[in-house]
Amino acid sequence: MRDEDMSVQHALLEARGIGKSFFGIPALDEVDFTLQGGEIHALLGENGAGKSTLIKILTGVYRRDRGTIYLHGNEVSPDSVAEAQTLGIGTVYQEVNLLENLTVAENLFLGRQPRRFGMIDRRTMRDRSKTLLQRYGLNIDVDALLSSFSVAIRQLIAIARAVDLSGKVLVLDEPTASLDAHEVKGLFTVLRQLREEGVGIVIITHFLDQVYEIADRVTVLRNGRLVGSRTISELPRLDLISMMLGRELQHITRDHQAEPETVDDRGAPSIQFQNYGKKGSVAPFDLDIRPGEVVGIAGLLGSGRSETAFLLFGIDRADSGTATIDGEQVAITSPEAAIANRFGFCPEERKTDGIVGDLSVADNIALALQAQRGWMRLISSSHKRELADSFIKSLDIRPADRERPIKFLSGGNQQKAILARWLVTEPRLLILDEPTRGIDIGAHAEILKMIERLCSEGMSLVVISSELEELTAVAHRVIVLSDRRHVAELSGRQLTTDGIIRAIAGTGETEAA
Amino acid sequence: MNWFTRRLRRLAPQLAALAIILGVISLVAPGFLTVSVQNGRLYGSLIDILVRAAPVALLTVGMTLVIATRGIDLSIGAVIAICGAVAATLISEGYPLPVVIAVSLGVGIACGLWNGVLVAVLDIQPIIATLILMVAGRGIAQLITEGVILTFNDDTFSALGSGALAGIPIPIYLWIGTALAIGLLIRRTALGFLIEATGINRRAASLAGVRARFLLFSAYAISGLCAAIAGMIVTADIRGADANNAGLWLELDAILAVVVGGTSLNGGRFSITASLIGALIIQSINTGILVSGFPPEFNLIIKAGIIIVVLTLQSPAIVTVFGFIKATRRGDKLNHGAKEATR
Repeated sequence: MRDEDMSVQHALLEARGIGKSFFGIPALDEVDFTLQGGEIHALLGENGAGKSTLIKILTGVYRRDRGTIYLHGNEVSPDSVAEAQTLGIGTVYQEVNLLENLTVAENLFLGRQPRRFGMIDRRTMRDRSKTLLQRYGLNIDVDALLSSFSVAIRQLIAIARAVDLSGKVLVLDEPTASLDAHEVKGLFTVLRQLREEGVGIVIITHFLDQVYEIADRVTVLRNGRLVGSRTISELPRLDLISMMLGRELQHITRDHQAEPETVDDRGAPSIQFQNYGKKGSVAPFDLDIRPGEVVGIAGLLGSGRSETAFLLFGIDRADSGTATIDGEQVAITSPEAAIANRFGFCPEERKTDGIVGDLSVADNIALALQAQRGWMRLISSSHKRELADSFIKSLDIRPADRERPIKFLSGGNQQKAILARWLVTEPRLLILDEPTRGIDIGAHAEILKMIERLCSEGMSLVVISSELEELTAVAHRVIVLSDRRHVAELSGRQLTTDGIIRAIAGTGETEAA
Repeated sequence: MNWFTRRLRRLAPQLAALAIILGVISLVAPGFLTVSVQNGRLYGSLIDILVRAAPVALLTVGMTLVIATRGIDLSIGAVIAICGAVAATLISEGYPLPVVIAVSLGVGIACGLWNGVLVAVLDIQPIIATLILMVAGRGIAQLITEGVILTFNDDTFSALGSGALAGIPIPIYLWIGTALAIGLLIRRTALGFLIEATGINRRAASLAGVRARFLLFSAYAISGLCAAIAGMIVTADIRGADANNAGLWLELDAILAVVVGGTSLNGGRFSITASLIGALIIQSINTGILVSGFPPEFNLIIKAGIIIVVLTLQSPAIVTVFGFIKATRRGDKLNHGAKEATR
């Protein structure tokens, strides 16, 4: 970069040993991050990797538990977004944080309106707004309401405001998520221009193509730890994906070599989805699930993993294809319909989609069964107690107190309780979306063990995970998703973390699904 | 902890508040607690409270369920007027009592289902959805009564409001009976459990297969039904239907009763019994102020003052302080225990 000679001594922004825990669960552990001026730096990782936690610490939203932040070599400690802005760190979030019912100029100068004789000097504000936006190639009416512009323009306005306000570091959280290809191009032109001006840009995105197009460096986080920081031109895509998904084997791994092609011995598929899909969600796919089989679903963030689960469980309605159970066609148009066909679903977002926080562990465990029995046939409190106690014991839910509101349990124990909720309904198919996310190592291993036990008892499972070792460990087959499409199906000897990574990168021998 | 002590612990703040309020009134107005028998019928301020509480208590039952779903029903005061108008019209046209009662109840349920459509199907915010019927309802009632106060003379129907059975006024039977019936319906079936789950986290409940829409419909329908019964009592009591004033602002008293009863407006865990005690607290304040001889213009202010005190005692801030004090004490005990154990 052109000001390399200036920044030899001090990076623009440097974070060392950042640590942060929420309710005792570490979200970031000993993370280092360095941003040079005039650099576009992509911050990558799956959901829960710690990207947004790191960003929020750098921009003053969260307080770090440990570590130091340096700006131009001086230690800083932003306690609020405003303070971070004054220091020079500006942020533009995915949901553009501007006010729609104000004009463009008002938004640009909100909280710092130019004044004249104590009154807001509208003319100066207008003129300065115009000059400011012209730098970004925007020739728009600055007196028009913000709501009259597209998301792309609003984003540029937000960037203009952030750069004008802070000027040194610009943090962009998923800036391209709601832009079309043309708008992305426009945004990137602006980002390159800012890079030329020496601004340090941190960009969070899950579009790898865009990372290769725009970024100079990447830093990859995984499970709250730093995986590494590389120059993008020296990092093949395959290596980047394996950095994101990881392949250090740590748990029990099923020996696929030892049980070659057992899948075909499992008899006819009991659940079949054919040409199943929904426009704008997941392209039509075929999926056969045999009794006692664990089908894994792999793919990067945004590849359509959870969307596939939503289709299978009837949360989203498929607009093409058929579902067949034991040869009979069924319509899975709602979660109720899915449950009536003895499906169960542990969602990824445990807090918002899983637990009913104020209710007790026992009530949470009984919920799906009660819903299935209908409102008229109440599960007696003694039966509820028995169910809760037996699952608290068999899944080792702690504390072993069935009357405690579930919101006071740790993530791992909440997850076990949600699993118990489905196990009491004796499902034929259990869909687990990121079953081990955000839970401690002990519970992690227990849940994997339980998946194996359940399938040995004849239950079918669909396991969605961004932990590849987890998938290769428990799954008999893995469906690989990329760009909302099933791109490969791996089983037997092909089923390795390397195989999955190659399939995601689109460089392996893939069988089109 | 067994069932009874847990219930008692849940109801303790409301029971204590009611006892204190009754105690204070009896100090100001001697004879307040006396109940006498005249002509084979119970008389006294306490009985009066139980009778006068009937409309609010009935509304409170339905309101508790609606609030438990994280909703609110502003329309029930207007539903009282509609159902009262329907009942008065049918009575004055000479329809038999069972028909009058059945039609009025049906109209109340229909009003509730209308709210249900707006809230559960169209996903309109409950406060707006029920505001529509709150405003329109009195208009509908006026159309039914053709703009006049419709009076009638029918002793059997009037008995619903002013009659007595075995010495006890009939409104008392009606509200306690309704509350018991609905309480049993809610707690002996899974309705209560599922309503709580829906109110706390509708999305999670739906993903677990709970039919959230059906539950919202039931809650609003029950609320409409309760308002219909209250409407008949009010109408029977004054032997006439007053579209403008019947049940006016009673929905606000019902909301207050639920809140005093400790059910959160954020939905979730509810107790109909606690809400009913809340309704009794409100009615005791009303009656108490009257019998203690304060100038009536002070009534509303005194009532507001007392309710502020009750709510302050239940507020999260105060609960946190109490919880902290308790926890410190328990902590002391624990430390103590631990020390003893190490010895």
